[in-house]
Amino acid sequence: MAKLKISDLAKIRDRVHEQINLREDGAQVKITVHMGTCGIASGARDVLNAAMDELDKSGRTDIIITTSGCAGLCSQEPMITVERLNEEPIKYVFVDNAKMRQIFNRHAVEGEVQTQWALAKGSEQ
Amino acid sequence: MEDLSLHLLDLVENSLNAGANLVEIDIDEQPLADRMTVTINDNGKGMDAQTLARASDPFFTTRTTRRIGLGLSLIKANAEAWGGGMELSSAPGVGTRLHFWFQLGHIDRQPLGDWPGTLLGLIMSRPGVEFVYRHRVGENDFEMDTRELRRELGPEALQSPAVVNLLRPQVRGALDELGSTA
Repeated sequence: MAKLKISDLAKIRDRVHEQINLREDGAQVKITVHMGTCGIASGARDVLNAAMDELDKSGRTDIIITTSGCAGLCSQEPMITVERLNEEPIKYVFVDNAKMRQIFNRHAVEGEVQTQWALAKGSEQ
Repeated sequence: MEDLSLHLLDLVENSLNAGANLVEIDIDEQPLADRMTVTINDNGKGMDAQTLARASDPFFTTRTTRRIGLGLSLIKANAEAWGGGMELSSAPGVGTRLHFWFQLGHIDRQPLGDWPGTLLGLIMSRPGVEFVYRHRVGENDFEMDTRELRRELGPEALQSPAVVNLLRPQVRGALDELGSTA
């Protein structure tokens, strides 16, 4: 049974230590990528990958990325919801790789809602 | 869906939405038998017999926001088109087991695609869920168990995209070593 090599895990462990030391409070921002069948078929995986890539580059440890089921608007997938602490959740529609990167950096990190792509404010159905 | 890993992502999302906190994914490639099988086991809430009977109907869904549920019907149709089939079993309070198979070399079969990246994205975004992924090619196999990774790397490690990005080539490399052609 092939396993991940111990030396590789040790390298990863060092990286983990680096990451975790930075964390102070709990999550301040949550990004949800909607992953119903409609979202997945429309490209939600690329959106998730873009969000993960930007999170890695940002070095932030107070932003979490999660997935959920269909948001109920299949014709406007891929969709994401960005929730900053103490602010209203914002739903974005027709998200792609490039938009996800801009939404991450401008809204999740800097706090400026990208209204040109936003569908609505408010919580999950 | 443009590749098989998107189907798998969709099916695993079904497990997660059913409340599973342990999902086992087995992929078995047998080139000499020209057969590939995929099994997904979860410990979600499961389905009663009535629900199970209708689960692969594209017009059946437990959702209340819309009336079409496509994931199972898509993979069933594809597996059958690729010379195979699908079996689904489930019990309330126990979980669900989905098993499908098809000809590995079928001309219409979708490629597996970036399955390591897809799975690791799921793992990172669902910290409360444990995943066990096994991949076999012929006699050789590989296993990745998130419980083991958390023990080795720390409980929060898999929530870090940096860690996930380090794991991605490890898993890809392991599949290449197995000789996976999917």
